[in-house]
Amino acid sequence: MGEPRKDDLTGRETMGHEFDGIEELNTPMPRWWLITFYLTVIWGIGYTIAFPAWPMISGATAGLLGYSTRGEVTQDIASHEAANANLVEDLNAVNLAAFDPQSDLHRYAVARGASVFRAQCSQCHGSGAAGAKGYPNLLDNDWLWGGSLEEVAHSVRHGIRNETDDDAHWSQMPAFGEIREATEIDTLVSFLPTLPDADWDSPGGALFADNCASCHGDAGLGDRSQGAPNLADAIWLYGGDPDSLTQTITYSRFGVMPAWGQRLTEVDVRAVSTYVHSLGGGE
Amino acid sequence: MTPASENLYAAREPIFPKRVYGKFRTLKWVVMLVTLGIYYLTPWIRWDRGPNLPDQAVLVDLAGRRFYFFWIEIWPHEFYFVAGLLIMAGLGLFLFTSALGRVWCGYTCPQTVWTDLFILVERWIEGDRNARLKLHRAGWSLRKARLRMTKWTAWALIGLATGGAWVFYFADAPTLMRDLLSFQAAPVAYATIAVLTATTFVFGGLMREQVCIYMCPWPRIQGAMMDNDTLTVGYRDWRGEPRGKSRDANVGDCVDCMACVNVCPMGIDIRDGQQMECITCALCIDACDDVMGKLGRDRGLIDYLALSDAPREQAGEVPRPFWQHVLRPRTILYTCIWAAIGAAMVYALFIRPEIEMTVAPVRNPTFVTLSDGAVRNTYELRLRNKHGEPRMFGLHVNGDLSLNLSLEGTAYSAVQVPADDTLKLRVYLTAASASTPATQGETPVRFWVEDLGNGERAYRNTVFNGAGE
Repeated sequence: MGEPRKDDLTGRETMGHEFDGIEELNTPMPRWWLITFYLTVIWGIGYTIAFPAWPMISGATAGLLGYSTRGEVTQDIASHEAANANLVEDLNAVNLAAFDPQSDLHRYAVARGASVFRAQCSQCHGSGAAGAKGYPNLLDNDWLWGGSLEEVAHSVRHGIRNETDDDAHWSQMPAFGEIREATEIDTLVSFLPTLPDADWDSPGGALFADNCASCHGDAGLGDRSQGAPNLADAIWLYGGDPDSLTQTITYSRFGVMPAWGQRLTEVDVRAVSTYVHSLGGGE
Repeated sequence: MTPASENLYAAREPIFPKRVYGKFRTLKWVVMLVTLGIYYLTPWIRWDRGPNLPDQAVLVDLAGRRFYFFWIEIWPHEFYFVAGLLIMAGLGLFLFTSALGRVWCGYTCPQTVWTDLFILVERWIEGDRNARLKLHRAGWSLRKARLRMTKWTAWALIGLATGGAWVFYFADAPTLMRDLLSFQAAPVAYATIAVLTATTFVFGGLMREQVCIYMCPWPRIQGAMMDNDTLTVGYRDWRGEPRGKSRDANVGDCVDCMACVNVCPMGIDIRDGQQMECITCALCIDACDDVMGKLGRDRGLIDYLALSDAPREQAGEVPRPFWQHVLRPRTILYTCIWAAIGAAMVYALFIRPEIEMTVAPVRNPTFVTLSDGAVRNTYELRLRNKHGEPRMFGLHVNGDLSLNLSLEGTAYSAVQVPADDTLKLRVYLTAASASTPATQGETPVRFWVEDLGNGERAYRNTVFNGAGE
């Protein structure tokens, strides 16, 4: 280490280091670079004052400009809501029994309903609305409580077998394991798959007439007024194999759906019902 | 160690090209007139397409995702036409460069055309080369300020017109013009005009040849396109050297009058040989021919030359004719490829289907079992109507499978597609219980769509998923 001195060859100042006769020239940062650097520092300080930046014990400094990304999203959503206000109003007013499927409003309802469905319904009914064991397939033409748009909307709005909505569809199948012998249940299980062309004079037919026909109908075609499934068709919500049928009859089933009218706006109820109705099974 | 005095940076030497007269200058004026005319006037050409479509002949409708070019309408999925045109443009550049050198750079490149226009304006306002040089060297005075302000204003107005013309390609020109003048146009229109005004001003007025030398990649690529047979602007040094003003027999034809250098917009001396900066604008040919004519010597001291002809001429032979330079295997090959792509595109344009349909089977779930045991598949169809009026399309599926086709939301198997639009449909195919398609895995099916107005048909193949494996 020596004192800074002028380098003979270049006439420039050295840094004062010397290693085995090699010296480092003093090459300061270019002026423009330094100025830019200091400007960014000043900008940075100004930025943290103007915008939310410094973490505090609870929350962070809000910034003088009062900007927040959350606020921007809220504004964004509000502007879209405002743009759709007319459609929402029309959808709330439309008569669901006479909803023209070729209208622009119907297309809007289907598009809006599709996003509601993905967010609220797909957890049980599946993202493709194909359902699962115990969760009805909404694509087929078999409906427990009715498949017209109004009936679908009623099911969505009030739900099924929930205690929060007085208008919820409600029915309860008895657990026949407590009423009937296991052998009788076995007889019924072997009788059910023969519907609808069944031998009604068989022991199974007699058992069916005594125990099941009051809800599922004399021919086993079901009753939508009490959500009793059609037992003569190809669709089994809980499985149509003997083990599943035995379990269903012995312990009964109790499918529940929330009353979405309490959680969604009326327009979203109507939209998601229209969407479900438009998937191929609507009546 | 680099001494501090040796600086790698060299400031730009201003260039003051002198006015020149001659056949190449005239050709360049014509090219400028035609290219600028095309650029400024094209958006104003009207073209009647019917009631629901724009009546602008050339329109890039970004919001509506359409490109209109006279009788041709291109949808986004037909972008390969644009790609084909770009390939043709590239091959065209190869062709012209291998035959005639940087003829694109010298005559038609927008940078050249606008720089030429800016120099023309500059000459009108500040005078020719000597006057401009004098003004450049003079200190600031009222006169210099006045001339400079006039020039810059004129340049800015040209820039404004250039940026202004650009935006008309993207919207209905008369409407946009009205909106622009009443300050009701979209901000992006003003921003685009502002940016293009600025770039035109800077590129055409201030940077000029530096754009070609430092910014443009094309001069660097062109080396690969040229060969010894390429006609390019050159100096017959065997005739001109040694330079001198005397009539001595030992002195060549070049009188070293610097006319060729003074007119050069790139600020180079063509007598130094071919160089990267030369855009082959041929103005030095005009300048030299003028001098040679006045001196009563043969013209063509500076001329369109091929390197391969130099030894021939030095040996006193006649250079090969023009057509032998232009018609070479290489240029013929380029022409063939260029023409083949062009022909293929024209063919593609003519066989472009009037009806377009896409079929996407819904795979979540692949099939649905209905209450009577039938198996149903859902398909999402998109039908395009490329016409200016709504059209009815009928749908059916190939008949040998006894599949029942139905559409969501309507009892009919026909739909109306709005004018110039795409319609998304949910279509169902149902196979009866225990039928072959219902029980096996995949069954190939074919959707047919028919334009009920004119009976044109098109089809798409897809599969029907049954309940089997």
